[in-house]
Amino acid sequence: MDPLLRPGHNAPHLPAAMGPGYADVFDRLSRQGGRVETTGTNALPTFDAHAGAKQASFQPYQNNGGSVVAVAGKDFCVVASDTRFGLGFAVPTRMISRNLVLNDKVVLATAGMQADTCTLHKVLRIRLDMYRQNHGKDMSLGAVSQLLSNTLYYKRFFPYYTFNVLGGVDENGEGFCYGYDAIGSHEKVKVVCTGSSQSLIQPVLDNQVDGKQMYDGQPVAELSLEQTVELVKDCFSSAGERDIYTVGLDGRGQPPLYVKILKLAFVLTSHPLRSKYTRSHFIQGQSPAVRDSQTTTDTYFT
Amino acid sequence: MKIGGGHVRGGGGAADGPVKVTQTPYVVGSSVLGVKCIDGVVISSDTLASYGSMAKFRKISRIHKVSDACVIGAGGEFSDFQEIKKTMDGVMIEQFCMDDGYVLTPSAIHQYLVRVMYGRRNKMDPLWNQVVMAGFHDGKATLGMVDQVGSNFESEVIATGYGLYMGLPLLRNAYRPDITVAEAKKLLEDIMRVLFYRDARTSNSIQIAAVTKDGVEISEFYDLETKWDYQRFVDGARSGDVSTW
Repeated sequence: MDPLLRPGHNAPHLPAAMGPGYADVFDRLSRQGGRVETTGTNALPTFDAHAGAKQASFQPYQNNGGSVVAVAGKDFCVVASDTRFGLGFAVPTRMISRNLVLNDKVVLATAGMQADTCTLHKVLRIRLDMYRQNHGKDMSLGAVSQLLSNTLYYKRFFPYYTFNVLGGVDENGEGFCYGYDAIGSHEKVKVVCTGSSQSLIQPVLDNQVDGKQMYDGQPVAELSLEQTVELVKDCFSSAGERDIYTVGLDGRGQPPLYVKILKLAFVLTSHPLRSKYTRSHFIQGQSPAVRDSQTTTDTYFT
Repeated sequence: MKIGGGHVRGGGGAADGPVKVTQTPYVVGSSVLGVKCIDGVVISSDTLASYGSMAKFRKISRIHKVSDACVIGAGGEFSDFQEIKKTMDGVMIEQFCMDDGYVLTPSAIHQYLVRVMYGRRNKMDPLWNQVVMAGFHDGKATLGMVDQVGSNFESEVIATGYGLYMGLPLLRNAYRPDITVAEAKKLLEDIMRVLFYRDARTSNSIQIAAVTKDGVEISEFYDLETKWDYQRFVDGARSGDVSTW
Protein backbone atom coordinates (compact mmCIF):
# COMPACT_ATOMS: atom_id res chain seq x y z
CA MET A 1 0.00 0.00 0.00
CA ASP A 2 1.20 3.47 -0.71
CA PRO A 3 2.56 4.94 2.50
CA LEU A 4 0.52 8.06 1.90
CA LEU A 5 -2.61 5.99 2.08
CA ARG A 6 -1.88 4.00 5.18
CA PRO A 7 -4.55 4.12 7.86
CA GLY A 8 -4.66 7.46 9.53
CA HIS A 9 -2.84 9.10 6.65
CA ASN A 10 -5.34 9.03 3.84
CA ALA A 11 -7.59 11.34 1.91
CA PRO A 12 -6.62 14.78 3.27
CA HIS A 13 -3.15 14.53 1.78
CA LEU A 14 -4.29 13.75 -1.72
CA PRO A 15 -5.05 16.43 -4.29
CA ALA A 16 -8.77 17.12 -4.43
CA ALA A 17 -8.89 16.02 -8.03
CA MET A 18 -7.71 12.57 -7.12
CA GLY A 19 -10.63 10.44 -6.15
CA PRO A 20 -10.41 7.16 -4.34
CA GLY A 21 -9.75 5.43 -7.65
CA TYR A 22 -6.33 7.07 -7.86
CA ALA A 23 -4.62 4.96 -5.30
CA ASP A 24 -0.97 5.57 -6.09
CA VAL A 25 -0.32 9.26 -6.01
CA PHE A 26 3.26 8.88 -7.19
CA ASP A 27 2.34 6.70 -10.08
CA ARG A 28 -0.11 9.38 -11.17
CA LEU A 29 2.39 12.14 -10.66
CA SER A 30 4.98 10.25 -12.66
CA ARG A 31 2.72 9.88 -15.61
CA GLN A 32 1.60 13.48 -15.46
CA GLY A 33 5.09 14.83 -15.35
CA GLY A 34 4.74 15.92 -11.76
CA ARG A 35 1.76 18.11 -12.53
CA VAL A 36 -1.64 17.40 -11.09
CA GLU A 37 -4.17 17.50 -13.90
CA THR A 38 -7.75 18.19 -13.00
CA THR A 39 -9.41 17.20 -16.24
CA GLY A 40 -9.20 14.67 -19.01
CA THR A 41 -7.45 11.36 -19.21
CA ASN A 42 -3.97 12.17 -18.09
CA ALA A 43 -2.19 8.88 -18.53
CA LEU A 44 0.85 9.71 -20.59
CA PRO A 45 2.17 6.41 -22.01
CA THR A 46 2.33 7.15 -25.70
CA PHE A 47 2.18 5.19 -28.90
CA ASP A 48 5.71 4.98 -30.14
CA ALA A 49 5.87 4.99 -33.92
CA HIS A 50 9.36 3.50 -34.03
CA ALA A 51 8.91 0.56 -31.76
CA GLY A 52 5.36 -0.02 -32.94
CA ALA A 53 4.45 -0.75 -29.38
CA LYS A 54 3.29 1.07 -26.31
CA GLN A 55 6.17 2.46 -24.33
CA ALA A 56 6.07 4.07 -20.96
CA SER A 57 7.29 7.64 -20.91
CA PHE A 58 9.89 9.01 -18.53
CA GLN A 59 9.20 8.25 -14.90
CA PRO A 60 10.77 10.85 -12.62
CA TYR A 61 10.27 8.72 -9.53
CA GLN A 62 12.29 5.73 -8.50
CA ASN A 63 11.88 3.73 -5.32
CA ASN A 64 15.20 2.74 -3.84
CA GLY A 65 13.67 1.14 -0.74
CA GLY A 66 15.27 1.33 2.65
CA SER A 67 13.90 1.44 6.16
CA VAL A 68 14.41 3.98 8.89
CA VAL A 69 13.68 3.75 12.61
CA ALA A 70 13.76 6.17 15.51
CA VAL A 71 13.21 5.24 19.14
CA ALA A 72 13.25 7.86 21.88
CA GLY A 73 14.02 7.21 25.51
CA LYS A 74 14.00 9.39 28.58
CA ASP A 75 17.25 11.19 27.76
CA PHE A 76 18.32 9.76 24.42
CA CYS A 77 17.12 8.93 20.96
CA VAL A 78 18.28 6.18 18.64
CA VAL A 79 18.04 6.83 14.92
CA ALA A 80 18.90 3.98 12.57
CA SER A 81 18.61 3.09 8.92
CA ASP A 82 19.78 0.34 6.63
CA THR A 83 22.22 1.01 3.80
CA ARG A 84 20.85 -0.93 0.84
CA PHE A 85 20.37 0.95 -2.43
CA GLY A 86 17.70 -1.10 -4.18
CA LEU A 87 16.73 -0.73 -7.83
CA GLY A 88 14.10 -3.20 -8.97
CA PHE A 89 15.61 -6.60 -8.28
CA ALA A 90 19.17 -5.28 -8.35
CA VAL A 91 21.33 -3.79 -5.62
CA PRO A 92 23.72 -1.31 -7.29
CA THR A 93 25.47 -0.65 -3.98
CA ARG A 94 25.10 -1.87 -0.41
CA MET A 95 26.57 1.18 1.24
CA ILE A 96 24.64 4.38 1.02
CA SER A 97 23.89 6.58 3.99
CA ARG A 98 20.28 7.48 4.64
CA ASN A 99 21.18 9.39 7.79
CA LEU A 100 21.97 13.05 8.14
CA VAL A 101 23.39 14.47 11.35
CA LEU A 102 21.76 17.91 11.47
CA ASN A 103 23.41 19.02 14.68
CA ASP A 104 24.48 17.57 18.02
CA LYS A 105 20.90 17.01 19.10
CA VAL A 106 19.04 16.17 15.93
CA VAL A 107 19.44 13.37 13.39
CA LEU A 108 17.35 12.72 10.28
CA ALA A 109 16.91 9.41 8.48
CA THR A 110 15.24 9.15 5.08
CA ALA A 111 13.91 6.23 3.03
CA GLY A 112 12.43 6.32 -0.46
CA MET A 113 14.04 7.73 -3.58
CA GLN A 114 17.77 8.21 -3.18
CA ALA A 115 18.07 11.21 -5.52
CA ASP A 116 15.34 13.06 -3.64
CA THR A 117 16.88 12.03 -0.31
CA CYS A 118 20.22 13.43 -1.41
CA THR A 119 18.62 16.71 -2.50
CA LEU A 120 16.46 17.05 0.62
CA HIS A 121 19.52 16.51 2.80
CA LYS A 122 21.45 19.16 0.89
CA VAL A 123 18.60 21.65 1.26
CA LEU A 124 18.23 21.01 4.97
CA ARG A 125 21.94 21.24 5.60
CA ILE A 126 21.99 24.65 3.94
CA ARG A 127 18.94 25.84 5.89
CA LEU A 128 20.50 24.73 9.18
CA ASP A 129 23.77 26.46 8.33
CA MET A 130 21.85 29.66 7.57
CA TYR A 131 20.04 29.42 10.90
CA ARG A 132 23.33 28.87 12.68
CA GLN A 133 24.85 31.94 11.02
CA ASN A 134 21.82 34.11 11.71
CA HIS A 135 21.17 33.11 15.30
CA GLY A 136 24.50 31.84 16.59
CA LYS A 137 22.98 28.63 17.84
CA ASP A 138 21.74 25.31 16.57
CA MET A 139 18.12 24.72 15.71
CA SER A 140 16.13 22.91 18.36
CA LEU A 141 14.48 19.57 17.66
CA GLY A 142 11.02 21.17 17.49
CA ALA A 143 12.20 23.84 15.08
CA VAL A 144 13.85 21.28 12.81
CA SER A 145 10.67 19.20 12.81
CA GLN A 146 8.67 22.19 11.50
CA LEU A 147 11.38 23.13 9.00
CA LEU A 148 11.34 19.61 7.57
CA SER A 149 7.56 19.66 7.29
CA ASN A 150 7.61 23.00 5.48
CA THR A 151 10.43 21.86 3.19
CA LEU A 152 8.44 18.79 2.20
CA TYR A 153 5.17 20.68 1.72
CA TYR A 154 6.93 23.28 -0.41
CA LYS A 155 7.10 20.58 -3.03
CA ARG A 156 3.51 19.47 -2.48
CA PHE A 157 2.70 19.13 -6.18
CA PHE A 158 5.95 17.46 -7.24
CA PRO A 159 6.85 15.87 -3.92
CA TYR A 160 10.15 14.58 -2.70
CA TYR A 161 9.53 10.85 -2.74
CA THR A 162 10.99 10.48 0.75
CA PHE A 163 9.81 9.04 4.03
CA ASN A 164 11.49 10.62 6.98
CA VAL A 165 11.99 10.05 10.65
CA LEU A 166 13.56 12.72 12.77
CA GLY A 167 15.02 11.98 16.19
CA GLY A 168 16.84 13.86 18.87
CA VAL A 169 16.73 15.41 22.28
CA ASP A 170 14.75 18.58 22.93
CA GLU A 171 15.66 21.65 25.00
CA ASN A 172 14.80 19.79 28.20
CA GLY A 173 17.06 16.90 27.30
CA GLU A 174 14.18 14.54 26.65
CA GLY A 175 14.29 12.26 23.63
CA PHE A 176 11.60 12.53 20.93
CA CYS A 177 10.92 11.34 17.39
CA TYR A 178 8.88 12.68 14.52
CA GLY A 179 7.45 10.56 11.72
CA TYR A 180 6.60 12.09 8.31
CA ASP A 181 4.86 11.26 5.11
CA ALA A 182 6.22 12.46 1.76
CA ILE A 183 4.43 15.81 1.79
CA GLY A 184 5.07 16.97 5.33
CA SER A 185 2.32 15.58 7.53
CA HIS A 186 3.97 14.67 10.77
CA GLU A 187 3.44 13.38 14.22
CA LYS A 188 5.49 13.66 17.43
CA VAL A 189 5.99 10.23 18.89
CA LYS A 190 8.28 8.10 21.03
CA VAL A 191 8.86 5.38 18.48
CA VAL A 192 8.48 5.36 14.70
CA CYS A 193 9.47 3.43 11.58
CA THR A 194 8.94 4.27 7.92
CA GLY A 195 10.15 2.92 4.62
CA SER A 196 9.83 -0.43 2.94
CA SER A 197 9.82 -2.43 6.20
CA GLN A 198 7.40 -0.17 8.03
CA SER A 199 4.72 -2.82 8.27
CA LEU A 200 7.21 -5.34 9.62
CA ILE A 201 8.99 -3.21 12.19
CA GLN A 202 6.43 -0.72 13.51
CA PRO A 203 4.17 -3.28 15.24
CA VAL A 204 7.16 -4.87 16.96
CA LEU A 205 8.31 -1.51 18.26
CA ASP A 206 4.76 -0.65 19.37
CA ASN A 207 4.76 -3.84 21.35
CA GLN A 208 8.26 -3.74 22.79
CA VAL A 209 8.57 -0.01 23.50
CA ASP A 210 5.01 1.18 23.99
CA GLY A 211 3.66 -2.04 25.52
CA LYS A 212 0.87 -2.26 22.96
CA GLN A 213 -1.02 -5.57 22.58
CA MET A 214 0.32 -6.74 25.93
CA TYR A 215 -1.99 -9.35 27.38
CA ASP A 216 -2.13 -8.05 30.93
CA GLY A 217 -1.97 -4.41 29.98
CA GLN A 218 0.85 -3.80 32.43
CA PRO A 219 3.13 -0.88 31.60
CA VAL A 220 6.46 -2.06 30.19
CA ALA A 221 9.74 -1.22 31.81
CA GLU A 222 11.53 1.66 30.14
CA LEU A 223 14.32 0.51 27.87
CA SER A 224 17.86 1.60 28.50
CA LEU A 225 19.98 2.99 25.70
CA GLU A 226 21.80 -0.32 25.27
CA GLN A 227 18.55 -2.30 25.24
CA THR A 228 17.06 0.07 22.69
CA VAL A 229 20.05 -0.34 20.37
CA GLU A 230 19.81 -4.12 20.61
CA LEU A 231 16.07 -3.98 19.88
CA VAL A 232 16.59 -1.77 16.85
CA LYS A 233 19.32 -4.06 15.51
CA ASP A 234 17.06 -7.08 15.95
CA CYS A 235 14.27 -5.27 14.11
CA PHE A 236 16.51 -4.65 11.13
CA SER A 237 17.97 -8.13 10.95
CA SER A 238 14.46 -9.64 11.10
CA ALA A 239 13.01 -7.23 8.54
CA GLY A 240 15.98 -7.90 6.27
CA GLU A 241 15.03 -11.57 6.14
CA ARG A 242 11.60 -10.81 4.69
CA ASP A 243 11.94 -7.51 2.83
CA ILE A 244 14.14 -7.50 -0.27
CA TYR A 245 14.51 -3.73 -0.11
CA THR A 246 15.98 -3.72 3.40
CA VAL A 247 19.37 -5.13 4.20
CA GLY A 248 19.57 -7.72 6.95
CA LEU A 249 22.62 -9.47 8.33
CA ASP A 250 25.91 -9.23 6.52
CA GLY A 251 28.40 -12.05 6.07
CA ARG A 252 29.64 -11.75 9.62
CA GLY A 253 26.19 -11.96 11.12
CA GLN A 254 26.21 -8.25 11.86
CA PRO A 255 23.45 -5.93 10.72
CA PRO A 256 25.12 -3.40 8.40
CA LEU A 257 23.20 -0.58 9.90
CA TYR A 258 24.02 3.02 10.06
CA VAL A 259 23.22 3.69 13.65
CA LYS A 260 23.30 7.00 15.35
CA ILE A 261 22.61 7.42 18.98
CA LEU A 262 21.99 10.70 20.63
CA LYS A 263 22.41 10.88 24.32
CA LEU A 264 21.44 13.75 26.52
CA ALA A 265 23.27 16.72 25.08
CA PHE A 266 24.94 19.27 27.26
CA VAL A 267 26.89 22.44 26.75
CA LEU A 268 30.55 21.94 27.47
CA THR A 269 32.53 25.09 26.76
CA SER A 270 31.94 28.80 26.95
CA HIS A 271 32.11 29.46 23.23
CA PRO A 272 28.53 29.64 21.97
CA LEU A 273 29.22 27.92 18.66
CA ARG A 274 32.10 25.59 19.38
CA SER A 275 30.38 24.02 22.34
CA LYS A 276 27.68 22.64 20.09
CA TYR A 277 30.19 20.73 18.05
CA THR A 278 31.76 18.90 20.94
CA ARG A 279 30.79 15.39 20.20
CA SER A 280 31.86 13.77 23.43
CA HIS A 281 28.29 13.11 24.39
CA PHE A 282 27.74 10.87 21.40
CA ILE A 283 27.73 7.22 22.15
CA GLN A 284 28.20 4.71 19.42
CA GLY A 285 25.87 1.82 19.85
CA GLN A 286 27.35 -0.70 17.49
CA SER A 287 30.41 -2.04 19.11
CA PRO A 288 31.50 -1.97 22.73
CA ALA A 289 35.07 -1.50 21.57
CA VAL A 290 34.17 1.69 19.81
CA ARG A 291 32.10 2.88 22.73
CA ASP A 292 34.79 2.19 25.30
CA SER A 293 37.44 4.00 23.35
CA GLN A 294 35.30 7.14 23.51
CA THR A 295 35.37 7.48 19.75
CA THR A 296 33.57 10.57 18.69
CA THR A 297 33.02 9.99 15.01
CA ASP A 298 29.48 10.45 13.87
CA THR A 299 29.30 7.79 11.21
CA TYR A 300 29.65 4.12 11.72
CA PHE A 301 29.29 1.25 9.33
CA THR A 302 29.54 -2.30 10.51
CA MET B 1 9.42 31.33 -21.34
CA LYS B 2 9.17 28.16 -19.38
CA ILE B 3 11.21 25.09 -19.89
CA GLY B 4 9.75 21.64 -19.43
CA GLY B 5 7.26 19.20 -20.82
CA GLY B 6 4.20 20.86 -22.34
CA HIS B 7 5.50 24.40 -22.24
CA VAL B 8 6.86 26.44 -25.11
CA ARG B 9 10.60 26.79 -25.07
CA GLY B 10 12.97 29.18 -26.78
CA GLY B 11 12.03 32.17 -28.91
CA GLY B 12 9.98 30.18 -31.38
CA GLY B 13 6.63 31.02 -29.87
CA ALA B 14 3.44 29.02 -30.07
CA ALA B 15 3.89 28.26 -33.76
CA ASP B 16 6.58 25.72 -32.88
CA GLY B 17 4.08 23.83 -30.76
CA PRO B 18 4.84 22.19 -27.46
CA VAL B 19 8.44 21.37 -26.68
CA LYS B 20 9.50 17.84 -27.42
CA VAL B 21 11.75 16.27 -24.84
CA THR B 22 13.51 12.93 -24.73
CA GLN B 23 10.88 10.73 -23.21
CA THR B 24 12.51 7.50 -24.35
CA PRO B 25 16.07 6.75 -25.36
CA TYR B 26 16.69 5.73 -28.97
CA VAL B 27 20.37 5.23 -29.74
CA VAL B 28 21.75 3.61 -26.62
CA GLY B 29 24.97 2.30 -25.21
CA SER B 30 24.99 -0.64 -22.83
CA SER B 31 27.08 -1.38 -19.72
CA VAL B 32 29.91 0.55 -18.12
CA LEU B 33 32.03 -1.13 -15.43
CA GLY B 34 34.35 0.41 -12.86
CA VAL B 35 36.76 -0.72 -10.12
CA LYS B 36 38.55 1.37 -7.54
CA CYS B 37 42.15 0.23 -7.06
CA ILE B 38 44.91 0.87 -4.58
CA ASP B 39 46.93 2.83 -7.16
CA GLY B 40 44.14 4.30 -9.28
CA VAL B 41 40.78 3.53 -10.78
CA VAL B 42 39.71 1.73 -13.97
CA ILE B 43 36.54 1.82 -16.06
CA SER B 44 35.56 -0.05 -19.19
CA SER B 45 32.86 -0.03 -21.82
CA ASP B 46 32.22 -1.51 -25.23
CA THR B 47 32.10 0.76 -28.28
CA LEU B 48 28.62 0.06 -29.59
CA ALA B 49 25.59 2.33 -29.74
CA SER B 50 22.45 0.36 -30.68
CA TYR B 51 19.24 1.55 -32.30
CA GLY B 52 16.78 -1.01 -31.04
CA SER B 53 18.20 -4.34 -32.15
CA MET B 54 20.32 -2.71 -34.83
CA ALA B 55 24.05 -2.27 -34.16
CA LYS B 56 23.89 1.31 -35.40
CA PHE B 57 27.30 2.79 -34.45
CA ARG B 58 29.93 0.15 -33.82
CA LYS B 59 33.05 2.21 -33.18
CA ILE B 60 32.11 5.08 -30.94
CA SER B 61 33.73 5.97 -27.64
CA ARG B 62 31.51 5.99 -24.57
CA ILE B 63 34.40 7.16 -22.38
CA HIS B 64 35.41 10.80 -22.12
CA LYS B 65 38.28 12.55 -20.39
CA VAL B 66 36.99 15.44 -18.29
CA SER B 67 40.18 16.58 -16.57
CA ASP B 68 43.71 15.31 -15.98
CA ALA B 69 42.35 13.49 -12.95
CA CYS B 70 38.93 12.38 -14.10
CA VAL B 71 37.11 10.38 -16.78
CA ILE B 72 33.45 9.61 -17.30
CA GLY B 73 31.88 6.66 -19.08
CA ALA B 74 28.22 6.44 -19.98
CA GLY B 75 25.51 4.04 -20.99
CA GLY B 76 22.09 5.13 -22.23
CA GLU B 77 21.10 7.64 -24.92
CA PHE B 78 24.21 8.46 -26.92
CA SER B 79 23.18 11.96 -27.98
CA ASP B 80 22.55 12.87 -24.34
CA PHE B 81 26.06 11.65 -23.55
CA GLN B 82 27.41 13.94 -26.24
CA GLU B 83 25.51 16.78 -24.54
CA ILE B 84 27.08 15.83 -21.19
CA LYS B 85 30.54 15.84 -22.78
CA LYS B 86 29.88 19.34 -24.13
CA THR B 87 28.61 20.55 -20.75
CA MET B 88 31.60 19.18 -18.85
CA ASP B 89 34.06 20.52 -21.43
CA GLY B 90 32.43 23.93 -20.97
CA VAL B 91 32.91 23.72 -17.22
CA MET B 92 36.57 22.80 -17.61
CA ILE B 93 37.17 25.62 -20.11
CA GLU B 94 35.61 28.09 -17.72
CA GLN B 95 37.99 26.91 -15.05
CA PHE B 96 40.95 27.18 -17.41
CA CYS B 97 39.95 30.76 -18.19
CA MET B 98 39.89 31.63 -14.50
CA ASP B 99 43.65 30.96 -14.70
CA ASP B 100 43.95 30.43 -10.95
CA GLY B 101 45.33 26.92 -11.21
CA TYR B 102 42.29 25.46 -9.51
CA VAL B 103 40.53 22.48 -11.07
CA LEU B 104 37.42 20.76 -9.75
CA THR B 105 38.27 17.55 -7.92
CA PRO B 106 36.82 14.29 -9.28
CA SER B 107 34.19 14.09 -6.56
CA ALA B 108 33.25 17.74 -7.23
CA ILE B 109 32.85 16.88 -10.90
CA HIS B 110 30.70 13.93 -9.87
CA GLN B 111 28.45 16.10 -7.71
CA TYR B 112 28.22 18.71 -10.48
CA LEU B 113 27.02 16.03 -12.84
CA VAL B 114 24.54 14.78 -10.26
CA ARG B 115 23.02 18.25 -9.94
CA VAL B 116 22.83 18.63 -13.73
CA MET B 117 21.11 15.26 -14.13
CA TYR B 118 18.72 15.85 -11.21
CA GLY B 119 17.88 19.32 -12.51
CA ARG B 120 17.01 17.93 -15.92
CA ARG B 121 14.90 15.23 -14.29
CA ASN B 122 12.97 17.95 -12.43
CA LYS B 123 12.27 19.65 -15.77
CA MET B 124 10.97 16.33 -17.09
CA ASP B 125 13.64 16.65 -19.77
CA PRO B 126 16.14 14.04 -18.62
CA LEU B 127 19.61 13.23 -19.83
CA TRP B 128 18.92 9.54 -20.30
CA ASN B 129 22.23 8.11 -19.16
CA GLN B 130 23.91 6.10 -16.47
CA VAL B 131 27.22 7.86 -16.04
CA VAL B 132 30.21 6.39 -14.23
CA MET B 133 32.79 8.88 -13.00
CA ALA B 134 36.34 7.74 -12.15
CA GLY B 135 38.99 9.98 -10.69
CA PHE B 136 42.27 10.00 -8.81
CA HIS B 137 43.15 12.95 -6.63
CA ASP B 138 45.50 13.45 -3.69
CA GLY B 139 46.59 9.81 -3.83
CA LYS B 140 43.03 8.58 -3.53
CA ALA B 141 40.73 7.02 -6.10
CA THR B 142 37.08 8.04 -6.47
CA LEU B 143 34.46 6.04 -8.33
CA GLY B 144 30.88 7.22 -8.56
CA MET B 145 27.79 7.00 -10.73
CA VAL B 146 24.64 8.95 -11.51
CA ASP B 147 21.58 8.04 -13.58
CA GLN B 148 18.78 9.85 -15.42
CA VAL B 149 16.74 10.60 -12.28
CA GLY B 150 19.78 11.77 -10.30
CA SER B 151 20.37 8.69 -8.16
CA ASN B 152 24.01 8.74 -7.21
CA PHE B 153 26.59 7.07 -5.03
CA GLU B 154 30.27 6.34 -4.73
CA SER B 155 31.44 2.78 -4.40
CA GLU B 156 34.45 0.44 -4.74
CA VAL B 157 32.86 -1.37 -7.69
CA ILE B 158 30.23 -0.04 -10.08
CA ALA B 159 28.35 -1.54 -13.00
CA THR B 160 25.52 -0.07 -15.07
CA GLY B 161 23.07 -1.38 -17.64
CA TYR B 162 23.10 -5.12 -18.17
CA GLY B 163 26.36 -5.19 -16.23
CA LEU B 164 24.36 -4.39 -13.12
CA TYR B 165 22.84 -7.86 -13.30
CA MET B 166 25.68 -9.93 -14.76
CA GLY B 167 28.82 -7.91 -14.16
CA LEU B 168 28.40 -6.57 -10.64
CA PRO B 169 28.31 -9.97 -8.87
CA LEU B 170 31.52 -10.93 -10.69
CA LEU B 171 33.09 -7.62 -9.75
CA ARG B 172 32.13 -7.97 -6.11
CA ASN B 173 33.52 -11.50 -6.05
CA ALA B 174 36.86 -10.55 -7.54
CA TYR B 175 37.28 -7.26 -5.69
CA ARG B 176 40.01 -6.80 -3.07
CA PRO B 177 40.84 -3.48 -1.41
CA ASP B 178 44.44 -3.92 -2.58
CA ILE B 179 43.63 -4.71 -6.21
CA THR B 180 46.01 -2.97 -8.62
CA VAL B 181 45.22 -1.12 -11.83
CA ALA B 182 46.91 -3.85 -13.88
CA GLU B 183 44.81 -6.56 -12.21
CA ALA B 184 41.64 -4.52 -12.57
CA LYS B 185 42.18 -4.04 -16.30
CA LYS B 186 42.40 -7.79 -16.73
CA LEU B 187 39.32 -8.27 -14.53
CA LEU B 188 37.22 -5.76 -16.45
CA GLU B 189 38.28 -7.29 -19.76
CA ASP B 190 37.11 -10.71 -18.51
CA ILE B 191 33.77 -9.31 -17.39
CA MET B 192 33.28 -7.41 -20.64
CA ARG B 193 33.73 -10.77 -22.36
CA VAL B 194 30.99 -12.32 -20.22
CA LEU B 195 28.73 -9.40 -21.10
CA PHE B 196 29.52 -9.75 -24.78
CA TYR B 197 28.56 -13.43 -24.65
CA ARG B 198 25.20 -12.82 -23.02
CA ASP B 199 24.14 -9.18 -23.53
CA ALA B 200 22.90 -8.82 -27.10
CA ARG B 201 23.57 -5.05 -26.98
CA THR B 202 27.26 -5.35 -26.15
CA SER B 203 29.92 -5.68 -28.86
CA ASN B 204 33.31 -7.38 -28.75
CA SER B 205 35.06 -4.08 -29.36
CA ILE B 206 35.94 -2.43 -26.04
CA GLN B 207 37.84 0.39 -24.46
CA ILE B 208 39.43 0.63 -21.01
CA ALA B 209 40.40 3.82 -19.19
CA ALA B 210 42.59 4.13 -16.11
CA VAL B 211 43.22 7.13 -13.89
CA THR B 212 46.37 7.02 -11.78
CA LYS B 213 48.86 9.44 -10.30
CA ASP B 214 50.21 9.84 -13.82
CA GLY B 215 46.87 11.08 -15.12
CA VAL B 216 44.25 9.70 -17.45
CA GLU B 217 45.04 6.92 -19.88
CA ILE B 218 42.27 5.86 -22.27
CA SER B 219 43.02 2.83 -24.42
CA GLU B 220 42.40 2.53 -28.13
CA PHE B 221 39.45 0.40 -29.20
CA TYR B 222 40.41 -3.24 -29.28
CA ASP B 223 38.63 -6.52 -29.90
CA LEU B 224 38.10 -9.11 -27.21
CA GLU B 225 39.48 -12.58 -27.75
CA THR B 226 36.50 -14.89 -27.81
CA LYS B 227 35.99 -18.63 -27.73
CA TRP B 228 32.79 -20.20 -28.98
CA ASP B 229 33.49 -23.93 -28.86
CA TYR B 230 32.68 -24.44 -25.19
CA GLN B 231 30.67 -27.66 -24.98
CA ARG B 232 27.77 -25.82 -23.34
CA PHE B 233 27.69 -23.31 -26.16
CA VAL B 234 27.74 -26.08 -28.76
CA ASP B 235 25.15 -28.33 -27.11
CA GLY B 236 23.06 -25.61 -25.54
CA ALA B 237 22.82 -24.96 -21.84
CA ARG B 238 19.84 -27.29 -21.44
CA SER B 239 21.33 -30.30 -23.23
CA GLY B 240 20.61 -33.52 -21.39
CA ASP B 241 17.95 -31.81 -19.32
CA VAL B 242 14.87 -33.98 -19.64
CA SER B 243 12.68 -32.11 -17.20
CA THR B 244 9.56 -30.39 -18.47
CA TRP B 245 10.86 -27.10 -17.13
